[in-house]
Amino acid sequence: MYPDIPVLSILIFLPLVAAALLLPLRDDETVRRVSLAASLIGLAAGWPLIAFNPDAGFQFVERMTWVARWGLEYHLAVDGISILMVWLTLFTLPLCVLCSWTYIGKRVKEFHICLLLMTSACIGVFTSMDLVLFYVFWEAMLIPMYLLIAVWGGAERRYASIKFFLYTLAGSTLLLVAIVAFRIAGGTFSIPDLMQQTFGFRFQYWAFLAMALAFAIKVPMFPFHTWLPAAHVQAPSAGSVILAAVLLKMGTYGFLRFCLPLTPEASVHFAPLMIGVSVVSILYGGAVALGQTDIKKLVAYSSVAHMGFVTLGIFLFQKSGVQGALLQMLNHGIVTGALFMMIGAMYERSHSREVADNMGMGKYLPAFMFFWGLYALASFGFPGTNGFVGEVLVFVAAFQQSLTVGALIVPGALLAAAYMFRVSLRMAWGSPSTAKTWNDLNRREWAYLLLPAVLVLWIGLAPAPFLRLIDPSIDRLLADLRGRAPVKEAPLALNHADAVRHEPPAILASAAIAKEVRQ
Amino acid sequence: MNLDLALLVPECAMLLLVAVLFVQALSAGPASVAAHRWLPLGALAVTAAAVVALPAEGMLLWDAYKVDGLSQFFKLCVAGGFCIAVLNATRQPTLEEGKRADYFLFLGVSAWGLMLLASSAELVTLYLALELSSYSLYVLIPLRGRTREGAEAGVKYILFGAAATAISLYGLSYIMAAHQTTYIAALAARDWSWAASPTAVVGLSLFLCGMFYKLALFPFHFWCPDVYQGSSNETAAYVATLPKLGAVVVLVRLAAVLHPGLEITTAIAWLGVLSMTFGNLCALVQKDVKRMLGFSSVAHAGYVTVGLVSGTAEGLAAAAFYALVYVVMNLLCFWVVARVAVDGRNLVLSDLNGLHRRSPVLAFALGVGAFALVGLPPTAGFMGKLFLITAAWNHGYNWLVIALALNSAIAIYYYLSLVRHAYTEPDENTSLPAPDQSAFSLGGAVALAAATLVLGIVPSPLFEKAVQAGMALFG
Repeated sequence: MYPDIPVLSILIFLPLVAAALLLPLRDDETVRRVSLAASLIGLAAGWPLIAFNPDAGFQFVERMTWVARWGLEYHLAVDGISILMVWLTLFTLPLCVLCSWTYIGKRVKEFHICLLLMTSACIGVFTSMDLVLFYVFWEAMLIPMYLLIAVWGGAERRYASIKFFLYTLAGSTLLLVAIVAFRIAGGTFSIPDLMQQTFGFRFQYWAFLAMALAFAIKVPMFPFHTWLPAAHVQAPSAGSVILAAVLLKMGTYGFLRFCLPLTPEASVHFAPLMIGVSVVSILYGGAVALGQTDIKKLVAYSSVAHMGFVTLGIFLFQKSGVQGALLQMLNHGIVTGALFMMIGAMYERSHSREVADNMGMGKYLPAFMFFWGLYALASFGFPGTNGFVGEVLVFVAAFQQSLTVGALIVPGALLAAAYMFRVSLRMAWGSPSTAKTWNDLNRREWAYLLLPAVLVLWIGLAPAPFLRLIDPSIDRLLADLRGRAPVKEAPLALNHADAVRHEPPAILASAAIAKEVRQ
Repeated sequence: MNLDLALLVPECAMLLLVAVLFVQALSAGPASVAAHRWLPLGALAVTAAAVVALPAEGMLLWDAYKVDGLSQFFKLCVAGGFCIAVLNATRQPTLEEGKRADYFLFLGVSAWGLMLLASSAELVTLYLALELSSYSLYVLIPLRGRTREGAEAGVKYILFGAAATAISLYGLSYIMAAHQTTYIAALAARDWSWAASPTAVVGLSLFLCGMFYKLALFPFHFWCPDVYQGSSNETAAYVATLPKLGAVVVLVRLAAVLHPGLEITTAIAWLGVLSMTFGNLCALVQKDVKRMLGFSSVAHAGYVTVGLVSGTAEGLAAAAFYALVYVVMNLLCFWVVARVAVDGRNLVLSDLNGLHRRSPVLAFALGVGAFALVGLPPTAGFMGKLFLITAAWNHGYNWLVIALALNSAIAIYYYLSLVRHAYTEPDENTSLPAPDQSAFSLGGAVALAAATLVLGIVPSPLFEKAVQAGMALFG
C-alpha cells in the first residue's frame, strides 16, 4: 500500500528533528506546543502502519549496509510481536507531553528534548532487526531516561537515577558479548537470518543466561526489581509513564524476540526457573504493594506483579499464554501509564503521594475518581476491562500447563484486587477529606485521561482486532520453537483460542472449561 | 643507503616545524611570545602533509624504516592529535610567557619521535624513536609554574621511565642473543614458544615492559595518575593521549610475533585483565578529575590488549581504531577540563557541580566524552569496544572479552559521576572562576564532541583504513 515510504525511519527520526527544532526556542509555552505538535505528527506519521498485514511476517523492511566489515546493517522491520509496542510508544508521547504541561516548571526545553530522544530510541528498539542496531537503541535510551529522573525527579532523585543507570547498564554489558557471540557463531547480526539457524545447546545455554540477565533486569523480575520502585517514585510524572508504558516492555519484548527464537532449547531448559521467578514476582510484588502508603510506590510494585504475568505467559509456551503476555504488555502500558498520569495530576493538587494526604475525593472530584476507578479495575483485571482479557489468557495457559502454577497465581490476582481496592476506597471516601478545595479535572486532563479509557474498554470488550494482529506471529514463533525444542504439549490440547477468537465472553468460558477438565 | 624524501613528507614537515620553533626559542624578545599564534596553522599543515602521504609505501634506511599503511595511519593520528594538543595549550595559564616557544618545541619533538616510532621496523630504531619522544616529555611535565607537584611528577616520570628503558634495553640484548637479528620481520618468522627459546621469550617480555610503561599497563602504571595530577592540564592532555598511540603502534607491529596461545601472549592477556580491573577499581574512589582519568587510562590500556592478542588483522585494526578513539575521547575530556579550570588549577569532581548552568555546551561535551569512555552508543567508544570484542571472540581469549564487558559495568559509576556532577548537583561553590565561554573554547568542544559522535555513527571509513593497515602487517 505504501511501498516506498520509509515509515519506520520517519518514526525514529521525526522526534530527533523535533528535538533539534526545540533547541533555539526560548519560550516554555512554545516549547510545549511544538512538542505536542511533534508528538501528534509522529502519531499521524505512523498511519501507513495501518496497512500492516498480520499474516506476512516482517514488514516495512528497510535494509542498508552500515559497517560492511562486520556486516552491521541498518535494518528495520515490524511483525506482530512489535507492532503493538510501536503503537504504544507513539500513543504514549502525546500523553507524556500533556501530563507534564504544568507539572514540569524548570528547564522545560531540555525536558521535552529528553522525552523526544526517548521516544526515538524506544521505537528503534522495537523495530531493529540487526542485533547491534538494537543494542545501540537499547543503550542510547538510558541517557535521556537517566536525565529525566536525575534532573526533574523528586527529593531522592540522585540515588534513584544512579541506581537505575547502574543496574540497567551493568545488566546489558553481557548482552553485548552474547550479541558478538551470535555474530561469530551464526555469521550475521541480522535477527531474521539468525532465527533460521540452530546453535548447539552449550552455546544456547550461556547465550540465554547473558540475554536473560539483561532482559530480566529491564522487566524487572524478582530479585532484580529493586531499581524500579526507586526510579518510579522519584521520576517525574511523564518519566514514570514512559518508564512503565514502554521501557519495561523492552525486557519482555527481548524475551520474545531473542530468547525464544534464538535459543529455543535453552529457553525450554530454563522455563521452570523463569516460571518460578515469575510466580514469585507476582506474589511478592502484590504482597509488597499491599503494604504501601505511598500511592506511586504501590503502583510501582504492582508493575512488578503485572510484568510477572507477562513473563509467566511467555515461558509457558502455550498460544494463549503468549497472546496473554503480548496483550498484557499493551494493557499494562495503557493502564499503568494512565495511573501514573493520575498520580501526577493528584500530586499537583496535594503535593504529596501519601494516601493519607489524598483522601475523600469522591465527593469533590467525581470525574477524577471515575477515571481512577476505571483504571484501578482494569489494573486488577476486572471483566470488561483490558486487564481481564490479558490476565485470563495467561491463566488459561497456566492451568493447561500445570495445576500448581495456576493455583499459585490465583492469590496473585486476589492480591491485586486487595491492594487496589484498599487504596481506592480511601481515596474516594476516606475521611477527613483533604480534597475540599481542589478543582476537578480540567480540559487538558480530560484529554489525556480519555484516550487510555477508550482503549481500556475497547480491548476489554472487543479484543479480537488486537489478537488478530498478533496471532499469526505467535503461531510462527511457537511452531518454530516446537520444531527445535522438546516443548511439552499442554495436557489439554483444546484449541480454544481459535474457536473463540472473536468471542471475548467465550474466553472466560474456555478458562472455566480448562480448569474443570483439568480437575 | 636509500633515502627517498618523498616518502618522508610528514616527518619532514614536522621536523621543519620543530626547527622553526628551535630558532624562535633561541631568539629572545617578543618573537618568542608569538609562537602560539602561528603554530596551530603549522600543525594543521603537518596534518595536511600526513593526509597527502597516506598512500605512501616503501622501505628506507636498510629496511629499518618502513613506510606502510599502518605507519601512515598512525602518523596522521599523531599529526591530528598534535594539532588539537597545540590548540588546547595555546592559552595555558600556568606556563610562563618566556617559555612558550620552548614548551611547544619539546611538544613538537615528542610528536616527531612518535611519528618516527610509527615507521620503525627494527628494534634499535624503535628504541631510539621511543626515547626521542620520551625525553622531551621529561622536560615538559615539570613545566607548570613553579609548583612542587609539577616537579614531583617530573621526577617520577623520569625515574620510572629510566628504569623501564633500562629493562627494555636489557631485554633487547637477550633477543639479539637468542635470534641474532633485530628486524621485526625476521623475528616474526622465529619460534617464540618457551620450549623453543626461553631466552628470547624472557628478552621479549623485558623489552615489552618499556612499551607497557608508555601505555601505562598494569603493573607499569604507577607514574600515570601522579603525572596527570602533577602536570598542567594541557600537558596532561598530551601525555594522556599521543604517547599511548605510539605504544599501541609498536605493540601492533610486534603483534606479528604474538600468536595466540603462546605463553607470552597469554601473559599479556592476563596483564590486560589486571590492568582494566585495577584501573577501574582505583578510579572509583578518585576525587581529582585528572587522577581519575589517569586510572581510567590504565583501564583503557587493558582494553587495547584485547585486540592485540587476537592475532588477526581485524584485531590489530580494532586495537588501532580503539587507540585513536581513545585519543579523541580523552582530548575531548581534557579540553573541557582545561576550559573549566581557566586558572590552571586541578579540578576535583565537586568543581564540576552545576556546570550545565555555567556552560551548557561544555557540560554537554563532557557528557559526550564521559559516555564515550563508558562505551555507550551512539559514541565512538561503543564502536571501538564492539570492534574489539568482535575481533577477539573465539580466538582463544573469550575470558578476556568477558572481563572487558564486566569491567565496563564497573567503569560506569565513575564516568557517570562526571555527568552527575555537571548536571544534577547544585552549584554552591562560588570561588571557582567562570569557565571559558569564548567561541574558541566552545567551538573546540563542539568539534571534538561531534568527532566522537560521528566516529560512533559512521566508523566504517576510518576502520577500513585501519584494517588495510592491519592486513599489510600480515602480508
